[in-house]
Amino acid sequence: MFDSSFIKTYLKCAGSAEQTRSHFQMAAQTQTEPPMTSTNDDLPYVLILKKPPTFHYFGDHSFDSPKYHLLKAYESPLPLPQFLLAHAQSVQAVVSTRGAPVTADIIHLLPSLRLVVTTSQGLNHIDLSECRLRGIAVAGAGTIYSADCADSVVALLIDVFRKISAANRFVKQGLWSSQSQPQYPLGSKLGGKRVGIVGLGSIGTEVAKRLEAFGCIISYNSRKKNPFVSYTFYPHVVELAANCDVLIICCALTDETYHLIDKQVLTALGENGVIVNIARGPIIDEKELVRCLVQGEIGGAGLDVFEHEPHVPTELFGLDNVVMSPHNAVFTNETFEDRRKLVVGNLEAFFSNDPLLTPVSLDDQPHFSGELLASLSS
Amino acid sequence: MESIGVLMACPMNTYLEQELEKRFNLHKFWTVPEKSAFLTTHKNSIRAVVGNAFAGADAELIEALPKLEIVASFSVGLDKIDLAKCKEKGIRVTNTPDVLTDDVADLAIGLMLAVLRRLCESDRYVRSGKWKKGDYKLTTKFSGKRVGIIGLGRIGLAIAKRAEAFSCPINYFARTEKPEIKYKYYPSVVELAANSDILVVACALTEETRHIINREVIDALGPKGVLINIGRGPHVDEPELVSALVEGRLGGAGLDVFEHEPEVPEELFGLENVVLLPHVGSGTIETRQAMADLVIGNLEAHFLNKPLLTPVV
Repeated sequence: MFDSSFIKTYLKCAGSAEQTRSHFQMAAQTQTEPPMTSTNDDLPYVLILKKPPTFHYFGDHSFDSPKYHLLKAYESPLPLPQFLLAHAQSVQAVVSTRGAPVTADIIHLLPSLRLVVTTSQGLNHIDLSECRLRGIAVAGAGTIYSADCADSVVALLIDVFRKISAANRFVKQGLWSSQSQPQYPLGSKLGGKRVGIVGLGSIGTEVAKRLEAFGCIISYNSRKKNPFVSYTFYPHVVELAANCDVLIICCALTDETYHLIDKQVLTALGENGVIVNIARGPIIDEKELVRCLVQGEIGGAGLDVFEHEPHVPTELFGLDNVVMSPHNAVFTNETFEDRRKLVVGNLEAFFSNDPLLTPVSLDDQPHFSGELLASLSS
Repeated sequence: MESIGVLMACPMNTYLEQELEKRFNLHKFWTVPEKSAFLTTHKNSIRAVVGNAFAGADAELIEALPKLEIVASFSVGLDKIDLAKCKEKGIRVTNTPDVLTDDVADLAIGLMLAVLRRLCESDRYVRSGKWKKGDYKLTTKFSGKRVGIIGLGRIGLAIAKRAEAFSCPINYFARTEKPEIKYKYYPSVVELAANSDILVVACALTEETRHIINREVIDALGPKGVLINIGRGPHVDEPELVSALVEGRLGGAGLDVFEHEPEVPEELFGLENVVLLPHVGSGTIETRQAMADLVIGNLEAHFLNKPLLTPVV
């Protein structure tokens, strides 16, 4: 490839000798690497930035398809920008899984990019404005997580109200039979409680449907009032909190919702109030939440997400009215299989010029700042 | 009414004790050192017994109290009361239906979710600091699972209504098929177990339903099946259940009741697919207050010659 005539032509066209040298150096580096995109067919390339959780559970061939080749950036020793420059210039689609943001910088290094497929419910790790600018389509998770998320909400809520985890610990430590008057502290009835849902999207709607069957009274706060539901709408979260016994966070993390649940909201919720968060940790001012819980200023919490996962404030570990889970609201065998099928399905549809299974509309997306994005990538 | 002797069989609720003390001459049976001597002394003044799921009025106690007129149970279950003896002697019996239906049904669903989604174990995982080393494993989705209910009374129906909101298909077994109900009926518990992912005991404890969950049913439910018991401990052949769980022949269990409460088989303590609760089915502040008010209301009605609020006999 680098024969003498090429070199002569290159030297004529290239700029300074120094520039030329550095180009050669880079070329030499890429020459020593095994080629990653050499095939004889016309199949498009799909880039995977980080090893997907799906591969840990179902193996490295979980996303394989006869309709495309996979390019695994994480298998290369090169830093990502260099890898993209060297190998991903013809990549048409990128699969973004948890912990793999698709920033404007990355998009700039992918000139052939036409599709981003994400397996995350939240979209705050993708620079959607940049995608809109470049005409890059985005395929999301659709509603595959909604049932599991809603189930987790109800599980956490019943656990907090009825002390299931705490009582299970009590029995398994042998404390029930060792008591002279065996009576465990009473819980609180779920039926009739006023439940306020923050974010009445697909997950919030599934939560409402379930809790109605338990006799809960549903109200909500959302960016816009939904004319098709009969639940009471509160335009401000503080008002919602003041009128509810339970607050459930089901909204996306954006600039507007960062620390949405602050001291004012928690105070409005009150000392018998319970908060459940299966959305994103940073939606709640965690320091303030911990303080309220430790001092008994709110009644309890069910938390699947935290501001600095996997670090969890240790002050919570001694509290029986707090139930925690390790961001696994959607970690079921069934949903992971559905997710695997969805990724392959979206990619195959795209390359067959069929409509995406779960397209994300880029028109009505909330804004999120580059700063927020950067903080989430670390 | 303050001279009317009321015998409370065991501790159950402080508010109830206080309210009964205001109205009657309340005797707390568990504080008595010599029970038979006590009964001999007070047999002509005790006209009511208040019992619950742990202790009620068996034949022996009824025989020892010739002036007994009414047994008011602080529970909906009547398995601790000799109903036949009460009928024979014209003794009235009341319980606390309806007020605890929601709480028990809520707990049944809470147990199903806790077992399938390993919620208690997930909480333990976080508290132990293990999350810093890696994610917890995948669990089992609850929505859409086939729920089989044994006994379609008030509590069974309330469980069904909740499970339906999770898109769970509902199957049931009952003494008789209910044609007006849209859920699928199975004529035997074994068949119900074979066609369910989750089996929940929601029937009354009687001679017929003792050990209704036996080896055959457990085998039919299988290594992926989950048993939920919010009924009574004796509904389940406990040693069979324990060995099935320990050996992995049953997928999991959520148990609020046991054969010899408060004794719980220790072999279950270390199992991550088992959630154990200390008989808290109706254990909320709101519901225990409502139950207490019903007991008081029934006793007052009886001694004022008014119609009983929730009579069984």
